[in-house]
Amino acid sequence: MMVVREKYEQELTRVQQRLVDLCELAIHAFDRSVDGLLQKDVEKAWVLIDQDRFINRLEQHIQDDVLLLIAKQQPVATDLRRVMVIVKAASEMERIGDYAVNIAKETIRLGETELTLPIEKIDRMRGLAVKMLRDMLQLFITENLLEAKVLAEMDDQIDALYGEALTELLEATHTQTGAESQLQQLSFVCKYIERAADHATNLAESLFYLVKGKHYAFD
Amino acid sequence: MAYINHEVVERQMTKRRVKNTVFKNIFLGATLLALLALVILLYRMITQGAGYVSFDFLQNFSSRFPEKAGVFAGLVGSLAMLAVVAPVSLLLGVGAAIYLEEYAKKSKLTTFIQMNISNLAGVPSIVFGLLGLTIFVRMLGMGKSILAAGLTMSLLILPVIIVAAQEAIRSVPGSLREASYGMGATKWQTIRKVVLPAAIPGVLTGSILALSRAIGETAPLVVIGIPVIVQFLPAGVLSEFTALPMLIFDWAKRPQEEFQYVAAAGILVLMVLLIFMNSIAVFIRNKFQNRY
Amino acid sequence: MVQAIVQEQQQAKKKMQVLKNKQRENVYETNQLNLWYGNNHALKDINLNIQENNVTAIIGPSGCGKSTYLKTLNRMVELVPGVRTTGEINYRQHNILDKGYSVEELRTKVGMVFQKPNPFPKSIYDNIAYGPRIHGIKNKKVLDQIVEQSLRGAAIWDEVKDRLHDNAYGLSGGQQQRVCIARCLAIEPDVILMDEPTSALDPISTLKVEELVQELKENYSIIIVTHNMQQAARISDKTAFFLNGEVIEFDTTDKIFSNPTDKRTEDYVSGRFG
Repeated sequence: MMVVREKYEQELTRVQQRLVDLCELAIHAFDRSVDGLLQKDVEKAWVLIDQDRFINRLEQHIQDDVLLLIAKQQPVATDLRRVMVIVKAASEMERIGDYAVNIAKETIRLGETELTLPIEKIDRMRGLAVKMLRDMLQLFITENLLEAKVLAEMDDQIDALYGEALTELLEATHTQTGAESQLQQLSFVCKYIERAADHATNLAESLFYLVKGKHYAFD
Repeated sequence: MAYINHEVVERQMTKRRVKNTVFKNIFLGATLLALLALVILLYRMITQGAGYVSFDFLQNFSSRFPEKAGVFAGLVGSLAMLAVVAPVSLLLGVGAAIYLEEYAKKSKLTTFIQMNISNLAGVPSIVFGLLGLTIFVRMLGMGKSILAAGLTMSLLILPVIIVAAQEAIRSVPGSLREASYGMGATKWQTIRKVVLPAAIPGVLTGSILALSRAIGETAPLVVIGIPVIVQFLPAGVLSEFTALPMLIFDWAKRPQEEFQYVAAAGILVLMVLLIFMNSIAVFIRNKFQNRY
Repeated sequence: MVQAIVQEQQQAKKKMQVLKNKQRENVYETNQLNLWYGNNHALKDINLNIQENNVTAIIGPSGCGKSTYLKTLNRMVELVPGVRTTGEINYRQHNILDKGYSVEELRTKVGMVFQKPNPFPKSIYDNIAYGPRIHGIKNKKVLDQIVEQSLRGAAIWDEVKDRLHDNAYGLSGGQQQRVCIARCLAIEPDVILMDEPTSALDPISTLKVEELVQELKENYSIIIVTHNMQQAARISDKTAFFLNGEVIEFDTTDKIFSNPTDKRTEDYVSGRFG
């Protein structure tokens, strides 16, 4: 005999929808922050910093929702792991929002300074990271283990790219004079992008924990 | 926690087991003794009476000659009396039981009534006979009729029926009443549609047992003065009649030895009737048992 | 995207405003209700308003008066000898404790489901048709319709439709309870009172009844007494916590189970006493 816990499913779907909203918001902000950096759009950077509060608020909402869901519906086993993992994913996504803010701050710091260092690799890294996050979100929601594992391996590409980008920046600094400040800001940005991709991997790990009930590490 | 010393327990175990067996056998003995009395009684009745039970015996009126004597008038009379007793005692008894169980509030008066009903069940039947003689036969001028005897018998078994019906009504789970009241049913609707249907098996079982007592009872009939030698069948409720136990009583009194056997045959007929009625009661009880 | 979120929040605020304006009416308003069983003061100064089309749960330890309160709402409590009440309970603006108020009428509007499934020892059909019949419906076709609709409403039609004329005692406990709920729906009530309706059922049947309660609240106001706090949390919109005959806290279920105001409520819902 199968019982559908309709109310529980409804409330869960609502929280999951909120998580999707949060993810999209955070990934979008992250994407735009790099745009802002590359286009040296200080105004956009200020807007992004201001709008981070929506992301934070959404994360709090998700936390509250999950709290109520646990208090009222007493999920156990996979259901319990699922809601725990939602909270975790929400806080990962909130971090991505924070990286967007950090990158926006770097944009403001750089100000009108002409970017003379090579930024093509940063753009590529960003492209990869955003794609990875977006795809991972889909796999996370549909609980698609196999593809999530494959996608998590994309992190290696980004890591490699991160190394290359840093070397390239460093080498370029040697040939240019007065580019040290740029080097510092841009290498921070690289770091943020690389970290953002790590969070996608974390998402995959959470997904494995949700489905299998065991902790996995993809490194 | 060291109150139980397992060594002591083990030592006493044999003694406890022996005691258990002894008591089991004592109770078995009591049962067998009661059974033995019944078997002897049955044996005597059958050996003495069986020879006299015949189709003629059932069809003949009573007679001075043992070989011509029969229970016909008594059998018909008893059944006719039953036809008066059954409706009267059932209606009054169940009605009183419903009132006491469902309507009456708990008060000193109802407790008093309740106590009296229980006491009445224990009053000797001869007293009811005197009551019937005074009220029905003389005051109301019914004479020694089926009606007078039937009403007297009704009074006699009324307390038993009331108590049995009360028990049956009480055993209907309160949750069924609640369910009915909960849907806006009135008290009477609840009684008629829920309580009575559920209580009827119990009421009937108790009543049939009480009715068989009415059939077998002799003393009130003697007091009322029901005749023995009746050579006709009753024409209506107000006509004179005789009853099975009266015939048996009369035959047993007679000096001729042969009439003792006729009496035994009469008893056999009476017992078959009673066993038949009791089996109906058992049948009803089994059929409707454990319904909730 | 950000704009979308802002818009969504504004819409939510508007919705809240609309909801506030079109607030649900109260089915029951209890004012200063006191109740005694003989000398035992069982309910003390109860003030509770119960909204329509909601599930209101009443929780509390044994003997806290929660069942007594529920039974006062359809005056079933009067079956207990020696009950006295003061104060008033207004059902749709009429004080049901008035001597002149007809209990039979009240109970056709306020149905009740009991702790133990209590079908009559009759067929499933006759069980459901009992209520309509006592209220004077004799037409076979109408009764057939009522029986089917009620059984569908209680989500048990598919399980019993082929044996409507079998004795209801042949059903499992959970099915019996849903038949009892159907029997209650057959009198087309406005409110359904449920007195620990799942305490005698196994977990799966319990969940089925809970699901059913969720569906029923669209059309009925439901008040449910339960000693199972998790059940109250799962299915109710509002929760009242009773203790020693008093209402300690009455609030939304969200609040009661995530952040209750009263320390005693918190202790009870977190299982520290009771």
